[in-house]
Amino acid sequence: MQELTADAAIELRRIDKSFGSVHAVRGASLRVERGSITGIVGENGAGKSTLMSILYGLHRADAGEILIDGRPVEMASPRDAIDHGIGMVHQHFMLIDSFTVLENLILGAEGGALLAGGLAAARAELARLAGEYGLAVDPDARVADLSVGEQQRVEILKVLLRGARILVLDEPSAVLTPQETDRLMQILRLLRDRGVTVVLITHKLREILAVTDKVIVMRRGEVVAERRTTETGAEELAELMVGRKVRFDLDKAPARKGETMLAARHLSLVDGRGVRLLDDISLEVRAGEIVGIAGVSGNGQTELLQVLSGIRPPTGGEMEVCRRKVDAAHPVDPAEMRDLGVAHVPEDRLRQGLVPAFLASETSILGYQDREPFCHNYLMDGPAVGKYCSDLMERFDVRPRTPGLRSANFSGGNQQKLILAREMARNPRVLLVGQPTRGVDIGAIEFIRRELVKSRDAGCAVLVVSVELEEILSLADRILVMFGGRIVGEVAAGEADERALGLMMAGARAA
Amino acid sequence: MEEALTLVIATLAATLRVATPLVLCAMGGLFSEKSGIIDVGLEGKMLMAAFFAAATASLTGSAWAGVGAAILAAEVLALLHGFACITHRGNQVVSGIAINILAMGLTVVLGTAWFGRGGQTPPLAGTERLNPIFFPVAGDNILVYVALLSVPFAWWVIERTRFGLRLRAVGEVPLAVDAAGISVSWLRYRAVLICGLFAGLAGAYLSIAQNAGFSRDMTAGQGFIALAAIIFGRWRPVPAFGACLAFGLLDAIAIRLQGVKLPHVGEVPVQLIQALPYLLTLFLLAGFIGRTVAPKAAGVPYEKEH
Repeated sequence: MQELTADAAIELRRIDKSFGSVHAVRGASLRVERGSITGIVGENGAGKSTLMSILYGLHRADAGEILIDGRPVEMASPRDAIDHGIGMVHQHFMLIDSFTVLENLILGAEGGALLAGGLAAARAELARLAGEYGLAVDPDARVADLSVGEQQRVEILKVLLRGARILVLDEPSAVLTPQETDRLMQILRLLRDRGVTVVLITHKLREILAVTDKVIVMRRGEVVAERRTTETGAEELAELMVGRKVRFDLDKAPARKGETMLAARHLSLVDGRGVRLLDDISLEVRAGEIVGIAGVSGNGQTELLQVLSGIRPPTGGEMEVCRRKVDAAHPVDPAEMRDLGVAHVPEDRLRQGLVPAFLASETSILGYQDREPFCHNYLMDGPAVGKYCSDLMERFDVRPRTPGLRSANFSGGNQQKLILAREMARNPRVLLVGQPTRGVDIGAIEFIRRELVKSRDAGCAVLVVSVELEEILSLADRILVMFGGRIVGEVAAGEADERALGLMMAGARAA
Repeated sequence: MEEALTLVIATLAATLRVATPLVLCAMGGLFSEKSGIIDVGLEGKMLMAAFFAAATASLTGSAWAGVGAAILAAEVLALLHGFACITHRGNQVVSGIAINILAMGLTVVLGTAWFGRGGQTPPLAGTERLNPIFFPVAGDNILVYVALLSVPFAWWVIERTRFGLRLRAVGEVPLAVDAAGISVSWLRYRAVLICGLFAGLAGAYLSIAQNAGFSRDMTAGQGFIALAAIIFGRWRPVPAFGACLAFGLLDAIAIRLQGVKLPHVGEVPVQLIQALPYLLTLFLLAGFIGRTVAPKAAGVPYEKEH
């Protein structure tokens, strides 16, 4: 470290933290220069969020030192961090849905025992910040009624309102459209220019390269590299994150489309309160192609998967699955869907894909448990199930290869591989996949995507729903965009451009 | 005509008398539930408070000493609940039920040991009781007014003060409160202590104001009715107050109906009449509430590390 310590807004020295048997952060040291934007990148589980939680006082380090403006400080609770001018925008927003924007803004900084004064002051301050940074939000709107982008703005305003000089953002763009992300980047630059120190935690290299001055790479709890952003590139960073070369381009042959395996015609879904969740959805997926559904989270993708997989019957319209007609009068259940040759990898792995307390071997046959060879005459055949699971683990590179381990004890990527293995092993005719690589590390992402393409090439009709536009672009042969429960556009993969898709995802334009 | 008016006024007065412990309990429970701590133990706290109020009043001859002892007894149980649920992140319903069982047993055991009257305390009279202030017939003792004032007070604290804002927040998203640099535990402890204060007053009302002494299990499920009132009131003070009054009215009518012969039916069985408030609770809970608006984090212990 040749620079003077006094130039560092934040300095962490040999921070160490374990959760039980998991050594999350191993002697990590880093410096963040004042008035700069510093990116921290790393795979899921690399320890970046834990490290920042320690900085913010949410977790206590087992060992190590924290220095703010060159002075050692104790971060026993978020209060200490706030007092030292640190503000954090968490990945999962720390907002109270039922509160107004203003109430959320003053929580923890009410300015007196009675609310009236604090609310008025916050309202004035909000107007000032809105002008200065272009961060306009209706102060009296309920947070639950705001879009995700606006909610994030409230989080940033909360930090600014407390006069923070150091702003830490944890995966801020995970829930944003490309346009909202660009807007966020502009705001971060503006903040830096006004002297705020920004720390950006992300696994999206595009953002790191676009906005940061310096990048710190973490891997398995350690800081493994530090680069000036201008002196590095996506390939090098990815390699540093994973520890080996990573290929971004998924080379796949053009799709050889067969007959239509899954078709939906004017599907609609209205819930008990009369809210229209799906509106006039028509689509078809042919054997041998991957259809990608893009869209910002919460625009009907979850419901579409539920209907297509038979979990919820549609309230209007019809669909045809491997020649079986389904409509409101002729519903189908997921078991029958499975018999028809439809496999489903649900979006919400931990709630729909597996039972966390079950063994890996049990997870590997969930939904197929009453079939031979796992079950004869109502009795489960444990050894057969274990053997089957071992085979799947081998084929899909699930680590550790321990069928007797609880599902919850596998990493997100390995849980996902196990579920994919379960669904793909039966050579389904239709494969529905929700968020194939959510919470999955880069190494496993590569593997999962290749498997999906392999399945396509074997003649399976694949439908992929993902909020990661980059994922849709790399996987899909055809892209449908959902907004507000409708399909607002269709683009062939070759002609897709990210900007146009982003506008459709935001509901701004139909193709 | 005059007779009808007297009947109406008498019924309203009876409503208020019956509703007072419910209102006090409901306002207390509201603070606890708003902070995310479910309080099934209202009943037990009230019972314990009622016993210590009567016992202390009988031993010292002072109703006010009785009120103090009632609050103290309820606060001890409140702290126990807090210790189990906040500090040790135990199951709130289990802890509440345990407190109810403890109170049911302990009041009888102590009552029998100290007074030897089959669990009852000696009858109270004069300054050992809280007596009516303005209208001797109506039974308008000080706690009735306290109960009436507690409603706007609860509303004001919850809606207009810093403490209230944080209380509402911690019942919804405790992590957000923690991240804002506010102690989740201390907030919840304060809420639980406020709850104990109100439950203590409610208990004192039962044994040294409304009645002249403690008798075993004298709360008779009123703590649970107060809990139901909180739910009908959708965790808001004024509607919860309305629900308490409705229960009070039902009870008052039930008392009037006893022994009355209805046309075609004959005399209505006492047991059925006494069951009315509970039946109403059941029906309302089953159908009337619809979508719940309970504090999101109610019943969920706050754990930082995962």
